[in-house]
Amino acid sequence: MTMSNSATLATPIGGLYHRRRIANKVALSLALGAAGFGLFWLVAILWTLLYNGLSAINLSLFTENTPPPGGEGGLLNAIFGSLIMTAVATFVGTPIGVMAGTYLAEFGRGTKLAEVVRFINDVLLSAPSIMVGLFVYEVMVVRMGHFSAWAGAMALAVLVIPVVVRTTEDMLKLVPNSLREAAAALGAPQWKVITMVAYRAARNGMITGVLLAIARISGETAPLLFTALNNQFWSADMNAPMANLPVVIFQYAMSPYEDWRQLAWGGALLITVAILLLNIGARLLAGLGTTRK
Amino acid sequence: MTMTHMDANSHAHGSHPMPPDMLAGTVAERPIAGAGLPEKITVRNLDFFYDGYRALKSISLPLYDRQVTAFIGPSGCGKSTLLRILNRMYDLYPKQVATGEVLLDGNNILSPKQDLNLLRARVGMVFQKPTPFPMSIYDNIAFGVKLYEKLSRADMDERVEFSLRRAALWDEVKDKLRQNGMSLSGGQQQRLCIARAIAVKPSVLLLDEPTSALDPISTAKCEELVDELRSDYCIAIVTHNMQQAARISNFTAFMYLGELIEFGNTEEIFTNPTKEKTSEYITGRFG
Repeated sequence: MTMSNSATLATPIGGLYHRRRIANKVALSLALGAAGFGLFWLVAILWTLLYNGLSAINLSLFTENTPPPGGEGGLLNAIFGSLIMTAVATFVGTPIGVMAGTYLAEFGRGTKLAEVVRFINDVLLSAPSIMVGLFVYEVMVVRMGHFSAWAGAMALAVLVIPVVVRTTEDMLKLVPNSLREAAAALGAPQWKVITMVAYRAARNGMITGVLLAIARISGETAPLLFTALNNQFWSADMNAPMANLPVVIFQYAMSPYEDWRQLAWGGALLITVAILLLNIGARLLAGLGTTRK
Repeated sequence: MTMTHMDANSHAHGSHPMPPDMLAGTVAERPIAGAGLPEKITVRNLDFFYDGYRALKSISLPLYDRQVTAFIGPSGCGKSTLLRILNRMYDLYPKQVATGEVLLDGNNILSPKQDLNLLRARVGMVFQKPTPFPMSIYDNIAFGVKLYEKLSRADMDERVEFSLRRAALWDEVKDKLRQNGMSLSGGQQQRLCIARAIAVKPSVLLLDEPTSALDPISTAKCEELVDELRSDYCIAIVTHNMQQAARISNFTAFMYLGELIEFGNTEEIFTNPTKEKTSEYITGRFG
């Protein structure tokens, strides 16, 4: 009985199964091909960067300022400028982003206002950064009458905010409601529930968001072109134009001078490695959060 | 410890056998359940609406002080809803409305003037799933205490120990108070949550299916704990487990489709229910 059953079943299912296996193989090879194609270019870029950039990495890169054409020099002023503007931007953008994200996840659930804020934030998240540069140019540079590091930092801060808003909201939404109820059941007012319990539960994810925001702005060129511009010399004055890695790379890479182009490769490698480390750090932190739960 | 108030009021019995004179009474002339006991909470004509849907229909019942009251009934009958009204947990969500009266020591807690945080500090709650906060065992307990009391370091240590001892968890965690509360086992986490609720010195404890996510041994420990705690608190427990209700409660309320079908002494509800629906449910014919 069972024998004959399996025998009669074998033919139609066998045919169907065969077709499925072929379809599966085709789909799998297409997916593999697409992944390989994408990875190839990524590796090619990294390889070119390493090949050209490694020779530019030396001590003077970190100790000397950007040189005139033909002179000896490094990227000290640009590295410093990038660090300080990124730091100020993070310092300004993170609290705003965290508070807005908290509003969306905790206070504004289901309200019209929250929906509008979320939508605008999503638009801001994908807005071309050059528009942010133009915006800050209009608002700050034109009124102040000159380019400045402050304007650069503000443009970057505007880019930090939507990333932090998004991750803060997402991470807070992952915190189970039962945890909030448990804290409220002890008589904790809502702000205590949020700061003492929800933030703690979402902490790693929120820090990850900030790291990703830093990674995003540390490579931005367009918003700085209109705001901090560039400076050939050492300057720690936030009210004056300030050198920064992306714009220096932009200028030097386009120049006809071999030593400038060499510095541009070095700077590009530096930024890439920094962003890579930030992303790895963010991943590790996020992983830490999931294993602890 | 059940004995102490057994003497004071002959109608309250934990798992003790019923006095013969009460067994003799017929259903019709059964005395009002718990008459003479002090009412900690009085629910009167309580209706509850989820976005217009009437989930509770004119519920009236007392919760007696230093007694355990169990709420039983099939899923969706409104037991948890009722419990979440007693500390106004439902207020966290929009579109949920309760009408009627819930008196706690004579004050209507449904009044809009009621301070919710103070109410919740007096009416503790333990949930179905253990919900330790992502912080150390010590801080899990200190969190609630710090909200309303400024204690010295030594006093706080004492309070933490008191609560953990009361929740029968002290011996298991006394050497790892700095460890994360989430590192404990499920049963330990639930007892931590009970300790946390006790630490703020509430007078009422609401337990919403506290053992349904626990293994049998942890469940037994939690039941022992409830038995211990009944001498100091007014306890309301929602449970799906009828044996559990029979084991640990003095009074039982049977609910069905948002209505309170029957309320009375646990023994009477389980041995001699007056309503057909109750006897069908406790004999397992539905639900």
